[in-house]
Amino acid sequence: MSDFFSSFWTFYIALGSLGGIAWLIYLLLANSKTKAPKNGEVVKSTGHAWDGIEELNNPLPFWWVAMFYITIVFGLVYLVLYPGIGTAKGVLGWTSAKEHSDEVREATSKYEPLYQKYSSMPIPELAKNEKANQTGGRLFATYCTICHGSDGRGAKGFPNIADNDWLYGGSADQIETTILNGRHGSMPEWKAVIGEKGVKDVASYVLSMSSREAPADEVAAGQKIFSTNCVGCHQADGKGMYALGAPNLTDNIWLYGASRGIIEKSIANGRAGIMPAHKKLLGEAKVHILAAYVYSLSRHQ
Amino acid sequence: MSIQEKVEQNIGLLIILVICVISVGGLVQIVPLFFQTSTTLPVEGLKPYSALQLAGRDIYIREGCVGCHSQMIRPFRAETERYGHYSTAGEFIYDRPFLWGSKRTGPDLHRVGQRYSDDWHIAHLMNPRDVVPESIMPSYPWLAENDLDSSVIQQRMEGLRYLGHPYSDKQINEAAESFKGKKEIDAVVAYLQSLGTALKGI
Repeated sequence: MSDFFSSFWTFYIALGSLGGIAWLIYLLLANSKTKAPKNGEVVKSTGHAWDGIEELNNPLPFWWVAMFYITIVFGLVYLVLYPGIGTAKGVLGWTSAKEHSDEVREATSKYEPLYQKYSSMPIPELAKNEKANQTGGRLFATYCTICHGSDGRGAKGFPNIADNDWLYGGSADQIETTILNGRHGSMPEWKAVIGEKGVKDVASYVLSMSSREAPADEVAAGQKIFSTNCVGCHQADGKGMYALGAPNLTDNIWLYGASRGIIEKSIANGRAGIMPAHKKLLGEAKVHILAAYVYSLSRHQ
Repeated sequence: MSIQEKVEQNIGLLIILVICVISVGGLVQIVPLFFQTSTTLPVEGLKPYSALQLAGRDIYIREGCVGCHSQMIRPFRAETERYGHYSTAGEFIYDRPFLWGSKRTGPDLHRVGQRYSDDWHIAHLMNPRDVVPESIMPSYPWLAENDLDSSVIQQRMEGLRYLGHPYSDKQINEAAESFKGKKEIDAVVAYLQSLGTALKGI
């Protein structure tokens, strides 16, 4: 089926491309009529004379004309081989999409085995494999450093994955799942529920959890609010849970910052950190190697 | 008088004939594209930009992002491996004007949508060095300070509807309202997160 609304355009394009070449052939023939002067004959003038300098009507050099004919032959051969005459596909059946898929197929058959050969190895074992880690390191540098930093220590809002504190768990399976399917953090907005005073109180209680100083009355008030609203995810002991990505609040490791102001902001406005899914982008074999590299980051210290 | 002399001595005729010759290329290569399904119909699932995304797009234009970022992934493995599926014509039906760009001081952005989190985009726009130490992109901190201008968004959407973008009355009427409390950075992030996400199965 043609991509055009009407078959008129097939003829329109064919006419344009073939008609253009026919026109060039005519021009070439029409301009090749001048004959070279025989011995003794004087070359005719074109009649153009300025200040006594005349333009003579010599024929075009043979090699020059020949080049024009070569371009015409080239053009016709091209139109036979490649799409160009209307909707004709050309003898080679070339399309840019096909060229791309051929290129990808060739590269896949060459490189995919390099990734596949590690697929059956368990991650803890793979994490000790120097070659696999080299590959994993390159993949990490390409796809992960933009958030987690080149050393894996993260940035504000992007977790450090080179330490032993995990939001969604640091086992081999958990790391691989995180990379494959991504994670969606969902700390709700509490401002409207517990009020500004409530936010302050809970922040004080959270500070006290990691043995930091806070006004005792606020801590006590905060603990009450915490025990009704926060324990569902952060647990009664404040150590959080991997299943929901609720951080441990007792270890003085902070994703968004340790200051009181930032903690209050997190409580008041909520947080929704997102780890994008990489299954479609990278494929499982690459993710497996990447997971092993990430696994090794926190265990090689 | 030969044809050559006539043309050489009549400048008006010369201009007309030159225009005829130059227009052949456009007539053969460009005009047929106006009558092709793959270049004039949206790909399945493509929606016109929401009011917020549209405002973000205007800011993207205002800040000159297109000067350093293209939105056109070419069908080469070197590009599709890095950015994702190559761009197709039907994805740009609701782009007026096109922001394909031609300069890549920064990376191509056509498939940046959903690639990073909103938080990442905000951190990156505020100061790119915070997340990419070697970045040379300028900071755009004023985007987080400026309130989003809602004064012309309805006219913009009506204008686009006139050109064939399927906006409903409801979408247009609620446009200005939806900007309340929003900063410019929210619109830019919304726009960036929408880029290149319509093409499914890739």
